Amino acid sequence: MNKIAAKLPSAGQDSFVRKYLMRWEAILFLILIIVNVFNAIISPYYNFTGILGATRDFMDKTFIVFPMAMVILIGEIDISVAATVALSSVMMGVTYNAGNGVPMVVAILIGIGTATLCGFINGLVLTKFKELSPMIVTLATQTMYRGLAYVILEDQAAGSFPGWFQYFGWGSIGPVPFILICFVVCAVIFTLIINKTKFGRRIYAIGNNREASRFSGIKVEKTRLIIYTLVGFMAGITAIFLTSRMSSTRPNIALMYELDIISMVVLGGISTSGGKGRISGAIISIFIVGLLKYGLGLVNISSQVLMIIIGLLLVISVMTPNVAGKFKEARRQRMLHDKLSIQQK
Amino acid sequence: MTAKQDKSIVRSLSVARLRDIGLVLFIVILSIFIQFRNSQFLTISNLNNMLINACIMGILAVGMMMVIITGGIDLSIGSTLALSGMSAGLFVRDNPDAPVIIAVLIGIAVGMAAGFVNGLLVGKGGVLPLIATLGMMNVYRGLTYIIAGGAWVSAHQMNDGFKAISFYNILGINSMIWIAAIVFLIAYFFLNYTRTGRRVYAVGSNYEASQISGTNVDNIQILVYTIMGGVSGLSGILWVSRFASAQGDTAQGFEMNVIAACVLGGVSITGGSGKVPGVALGTLLLGILRNSLPLLKVSPFWQDAIYGVIIMIAIIVNVMVKRTVDKRNLQRRHI
Repeated sequence: MNKIAAKLPSAGQDSFVRKYLMRWEAILFLILIIVNVFNAIISPYYNFTGILGATRDFMDKTFIVFPMAMVILIGEIDISVAATVALSSVMMGVTYNAGNGVPMVVAILIGIGTATLCGFINGLVLTKFKELSPMIVTLATQTMYRGLAYVILEDQAAGSFPGWFQYFGWGSIGPVPFILICFVVCAVIFTLIINKTKFGRRIYAIGNNREASRFSGIKVEKTRLIIYTLVGFMAGITAIFLTSRMSSTRPNIALMYELDIISMVVLGGISTSGGKGRISGAIISIFIVGLLKYGLGLVNISSQVLMIIIGLLLVISVMTPNVAGKFKEARRQRMLHDKLSIQQK
Repeated sequence: MTAKQDKSIVRSLSVARLRDIGLVLFIVILSIFIQFRNSQFLTISNLNNMLINACIMGILAVGMMMVIITGGIDLSIGSTLALSGMSAGLFVRDNPDAPVIIAVLIGIAVGMAAGFVNGLLVGKGGVLPLIATLGMMNVYRGLTYIIAGGAWVSAHQMNDGFKAISFYNILGINSMIWIAAIVFLIAYFFLNYTRTGRRVYAVGSNYEASQISGTNVDNIQILVYTIMGGVSGLSGILWVSRFASAQGDTAQGFEMNVIAACVLGGVSITGGSGKVPGVALGTLLLGILRNSLPLLKVSPFWQDAIYGVIIMIAIIVNVMVKRTVDKRNLQRRHI
C-alpha cells in the first residue's frame, strides 16, 4: 500500500527515462551488453559466428523458459520439468529401438505425447487438489518421472537414431543454427500469447489476485491445467533437441535443468510471488546466462566458478530491488517523520 | 459457543494425531509385509543398518522442518552438506594429527555460516526462500569443487579417529543413531518448550500477526536457516566419515529426499505446522522403503519411482483427510 501511495504523485510525470530506461529489462539489456564486452575483452575468439554456434549448446532448455514463465507468473512453480524431459527422451529412444522398425517420427510423437501427459498429470493433480502446493506435487512427480525413466532404461543408453534426426541439434540454415530459428519462432509466439491474448492477460490476473480473478469469471483451474500441460509439451520439444544433440539418451539426461530454467525466468525479473514481470526480461536473461557461460568457457574458467557466478547473479538480482526498496521506504518514513516534527513545532 | 469451539479444536488436534497413528499403522503393515517376503528384515543387524542409513536424512529433516514451519524451504542443504563435509575432510587430510573435534567443529561452523547467509538473504534481503537457496545451492556446490581443486578426499587420507565418528558404538548402539536421537530430542524440546521455538511456529502460521505482536521475524528466519546449516554441517561430517570419502558431488539432490521425509511426516509446506515425531516417522518410512527394496529383490532402479508414488499418495491422502475434517466441522457449525 505504502509503495503505491509513494508512487501516486509522480504518476503524472512519467518521463521516457522512467518508463523505459528504469525498467528491469533495460538493466538486463545493459548487463547483456556488459557480458558481451567483457567476453570480447577476455577472449580473442569471441565473435559473432562463435556466438551463433554456441546457441546450440544452451538453447535446448530455453524452450521451457516460456511456459515456466507462465507458471511463475501465476505464482506457482514446476520443478518436474527436467524429469519430464528425461522421461520423454527415454521414451523416444526406447520406442525407436524397440526393434519393430518404428519410424523415428512416431518415436518423436510418442516422446512429445509422454511429456505432454506428464505436464497434464501435474496440472490435473494440482487442479483437483487445489490446496496442494505446486512445489510439493511437482517434487513428487519429478521423482516419479525420473524414476520411471530409470525403470524403463535402467543404466543403459539408447541411441543409434537415423541421420536426419541430428538436424534438430546440429543443423543450420545458412550460418544460423536451426535450433536458434525454432527458439525465435517460439519466443515470438509466446510473447504474443502472453502480451496480446486474453489468455495471457488472464495469467497476469490470476497471478495478481487469484480470488478476484475467479470471482470475475476467469476459469482459474482451466487456465492452470492448460499452462501445466503446455510446460509438458515444451519439455517434449526440449527433449527432441537435447536427444538430437546428444545423439543418445540416458535416464540421467537433463539433470538439474529445472534450476537453470527457473534461474533464467527469475533473473528475467519475473517475480516468484506471481503477477509481475515481462517475458522479454526472461528472453534477455537466457542470453545473459548462455553467453556468460560460453564466454567464460572460452577462457577455460571452470564450470564450477560458473555455477557460483550464476548463483550469485540470481540472488543479487532478486535482492537488489528489495533492499533498494527498503532503503527508499526508510528514507520516506524519516522524511515524513521530520515533516511531522516540524509541523508540531 | 466457546465450548463448541474448544471441542472442534480438540477434534482437529486428534485428527493430527490420527495422521501419526495412520503413518505408524502403515509402517507396521509395510514391515509385516516385508517380513513375510523376506525374513531377514526384522533382524537386529538389519534394523540397525536401516536406522544408521536413515540417520543423516533424519537429522537434516529436523532442520528442514523448522525452515518449512516458518514458511520457507532450503534447497541448498545438499550443497551445504558437501561443502562442510569437504572442509572437514580437507582439514583431516592436511592435519592428520589434529584432534578430530576440530574437524567436526570446522564442518559445523562452515555449515552454519552457509545457513546464516541463506538466512540473511531471506530475512534481511527479502529474497524468496526458494530463489535464495536455489542460488546459494549453486554457489556452495561450486565452492565445494573449488576448495578441493576438483579432487576427492578418500579413505586412506583420513585418520582413524575421524572415520570412527560414525562407526563408534556406545552401549552397543552406533554413534550416528545416538547423534540423531540427541538432535531429535533437542529439536523437540526447543520447538515445544522454549519461547523462541514457539515463535518459529508463530512466524509460519501468521507472519504479519507475529510481526505486530513483537516477534523479530527476520531474526527467527536467520535463526532457523542457521540451524539448518548447522545440522547440514553435522550431517556432512557424518556422511564423509561414514562413506570415508568427500567428493564434489556428495549428496547432490539429497534435499528432495529430505523434503519428502518432512512432507510424509505431516509438515505443511505452507508453514505453521509440523511436529518432530511426525518427521521421525516420515524419515523412518523412507528409510524402511530404501532398506527393503533390495530385500524384496526389487531392482534398485524402481526406487525413485516408488518413492514418488508414495509421496504423491501421502500428500493426496493428507488433503482428503483434511477436507473431510473441514466438512465435518462446517456441518457441526450449521447445527
